[in-house]
Amino acid sequence: MLASLIFYLFATVLVASAVMVVTARNPVHAVLFLILCFFNASGLFVLMGAEFLAFILMIVYVGAVAVLFLFVVMLLNIDFKSMRQGLRRQLPLGLGVGALLLVELAVMALHWSSDSQAFSALSTVEMVNQATNVDSTRALGRLLYTDYFYPFQVAGLILLVAMIGAIVLTLRDRKRVKRQNAAEQMDRRPEDVVEIRKVKSGEGAL
Amino acid sequence: MSSELLREYLPILLFIGIATFVALASVGISFVLAKQKPDSAKVSAYECGFEAFGDARARFDVRFYLVAILFIIFDLEVAFLFPWAMALGDIGAAGYWSMVLFLGVLGVGFVYEWKKGALEWE
Repeated sequence: MLASLIFYLFATVLVASAVMVVTARNPVHAVLFLILCFFNASGLFVLMGAEFLAFILMIVYVGAVAVLFLFVVMLLNIDFKSMRQGLRRQLPLGLGVGALLLVELAVMALHWSSDSQAFSALSTVEMVNQATNVDSTRALGRLLYTDYFYPFQVAGLILLVAMIGAIVLTLRDRKRVKRQNAAEQMDRRPEDVVEIRKVKSGEGAL
Repeated sequence: MSSELLREYLPILLFIGIATFVALASVGISFVLAKQKPDSAKVSAYECGFEAFGDARARFDVRFYLVAILFIIFDLEVAFLFPWAMALGDIGAAGYWSMVLFLGVLGVGFVYEWKKGALEWE
């Protein structure tokens, strides 16, 4: 009873803040509403018993992805007034993309059955969960690293690609900047770099 | 869902409720009770006597973004370690070496990052 009440509370705030994400005029406000969305989704995960997913959502999405979104908003320096001007021209394109997404979601919802792969993976976690009466984190751990070995390694490769891609795209070598080289500093000896000269009086450089 | 699990989260729920209440009350009460007569001087930005120099949203260096991306990747790597650490007793050597391979792949990326100087800040 209380659980379903809390579910509706979280779900309502989730949908409302999702609407605010797309309608908010200030993009920074949109990102903040997105964070509210993440929090409510994490509450829904807890209600489903998926504690691990709930906290990963909080750590990864609220802690890191939202920061990236704010970075993008800050980096792009968009003039939103000039963006809004082409609204009428862009409207068919936007509606087309939206309709495509809607159709994709509808197709997925229609084909969502208990024999689909994702669902069976979920229900396997649930089965391990109930059969052994362990928490969801441990149930996930029992399956992820052995039964789902290839997806797990593919996830690692995707992370590697993301890491190298980010470095290749954003790292520029700055030639003129002097970098500190600690080893070189430690290797310097006074006798190599310091020279003592006896200067006769009256002959030194002024 | 099992109600024992949810009962453990009751303090967090109460905390969320109290936090929401305090936040709404502190903003709402002053909004309702205080006199509001805004004029252009009151609502304009106050910057120690100066006029505001420009937009608050200044562009900044893309290297901050690189640091954030690298952080998120290692954040995810650590996220994968949690269930592994909890289930290590059950999954045996196969699970152990599976994670070692995963860490090795990301270790390659880490060495690349280090050698490229992406961790240095001049």
